[in-house]
Amino acid sequence: MRKVNHRGWFFVLPVLILVAFNALVPMMTVVNYSVQETFGDNVFFWQGLDWFQQILRSDRFHAALGRQFLFTGMILAIEVPLGVIIALAMPRQGFWVPVCLVTMALPMLIPWNVVGAMWNIFTLPDIGLLGYFLNHTLGINYDMTQDPVAAWATIIVMDVWHWTSLVVLLCYAGLVSIPDAYYQAAKIDGASNWSVFRYIQLPKMKQVLTIAVLLRFMDSFNIYTEPFVLTGGGPGNSTTLLSIDLVKIALGQFDLGPAAAMSLIYFAITLLVSWLFYTLMTRNDIR
Amino acid sequence: MRKRSLIPLIYILFLMLPIYWLVAMSFKSTQEILGGFSLFPQTWTLASYRTIFTDPTWYWGYLNSIAYVSLNTVISVTVALPAAYAFSRYRFLGDKQLFFWLLTNRMAPAAVFALPFFQLYQAMGIFDTYLAVALAHCLFNIPLAVWILEGFMGGVPKELDETAFVDGYSFPRFFVTVFLPTIKAGVGVAAFFCFMFSWVELLLAKTLTAVYAKPIAATMTRTASSAGYELGLLAAAGTLTIIPGAIVIWFVRNYIAKGFALGRV
Repeated sequence: MRKVNHRGWFFVLPVLILVAFNALVPMMTVVNYSVQETFGDNVFFWQGLDWFQQILRSDRFHAALGRQFLFTGMILAIEVPLGVIIALAMPRQGFWVPVCLVTMALPMLIPWNVVGAMWNIFTLPDIGLLGYFLNHTLGINYDMTQDPVAAWATIIVMDVWHWTSLVVLLCYAGLVSIPDAYYQAAKIDGASNWSVFRYIQLPKMKQVLTIAVLLRFMDSFNIYTEPFVLTGGGPGNSTTLLSIDLVKIALGQFDLGPAAAMSLIYFAITLLVSWLFYTLMTRNDIR
Repeated sequence: MRKRSLIPLIYILFLMLPIYWLVAMSFKSTQEILGGFSLFPQTWTLASYRTIFTDPTWYWGYLNSIAYVSLNTVISVTVALPAAYAFSRYRFLGDKQLFFWLLTNRMAPAAVFALPFFQLYQAMGIFDTYLAVALAHCLFNIPLAVWILEGFMGGVPKELDETAFVDGYSFPRFFVTVFLPTIKAGVGVAAFFCFMFSWVELLLAKTLTAVYAKPIAATMTRTASSAGYELGLLAAAGTLTIIPGAIVIWFVRNYIAKGFALGRV
């Protein structure tokens, strides 16, 4: 058990000041905008909660939120099982381990707009590797700037490319921490591969998987740069996720009030879902 | 066993394809790229790289990025160390709430804060400096560093602290000479993650800079504007942004899996 020692506050003070400065001041600005209306010249009028009502009732917000949940749901449904499968198949020791780990982590170290630009080049219909292969070798009519389905498939595949490794590395960390004795015991009992997975490997991965889902949820829900660079939210509005829509309202149309209200609603949703995951995660924390 | 190793192999191949395409494009001339499809560069050219290394607006982009990323890494890890120690060793009023509040800052969509950040740093008079970007990235890097370090510190038995204090070590001396060397892997991993997330973030970095501290990733948007789409140049600049990440990851390769699990395995 940890000691009760309120000296701990001195230790966290620098962190508190730096993060609070970055988090609270901009947050207060956003709250301030969300309850006011302006016609320019820095003149503001009290608006109350009108913006919140307007956003919550607007079809545009519902559509963007729906697309956001669809995107996050789809990438979680693909990346988590895929990550587990790859982690299970990875070598546990030897020369290939660091090679695998480093090459797998590489996509995560590429600046997000470069990821978008790279996939843009990769999928150009006539001169991109993937675009050329699909159009000319397989004869599928593929152009993500025209076809919403192709655009969706592309941003999903891009995110799978970009972030599945996070799930793989987390699960792998969980797997290598299983002592060999467990496997030997399972072998003596004549356990099948499935039972080894179900009763030894899965329980060990449960905690890291919760972290993986938490991180992937937070990051995919806030995703902006990659799809923006790749599709710009198009064709039409088909890939306009929440962040993209928010930036369009805030910086494109300069509707600060509605944008601020939308930011707060958006943040509240992320917070709520993440809190649920976090509670689940810490409940399983043995320490 | 043989068949099983096919899965990671195919996966790595899938990861490398877009990267290969980017690198291949960077060695082609713009005419060749627009002229038609070719799997390998027909005539290798270093023209794109030459442009980047001779044009100050290009190479300063790299130096700027490296400068604010390093500054941010140093700040984040330094302040996160004592805080992580407190979270892992002491119980104090509001510790759990504080820890969760720190994590919520990882969840705030950067798009939400872009405009207020601009106004805040403008008002403070540090707009377009390395310090501005480094401080802004603390928003998500400090919570992450605290989270990782707390995980690694939790794995160190408390008896180590107690023995040291019985032996008459003062707290700062214990922390620097005994405790830090024990968790140096954790410090390395935390620094790596701060570097990584500061390096890949663009929205805030772009919002908070104009000329003097402009990151490379923002300089890249230039290729799309002026003389059409300079794909070769874009690809070369993109290829170069992968290199710093590839270098730092090599140093932490043995701890990376544990690091991604935030020290909690």
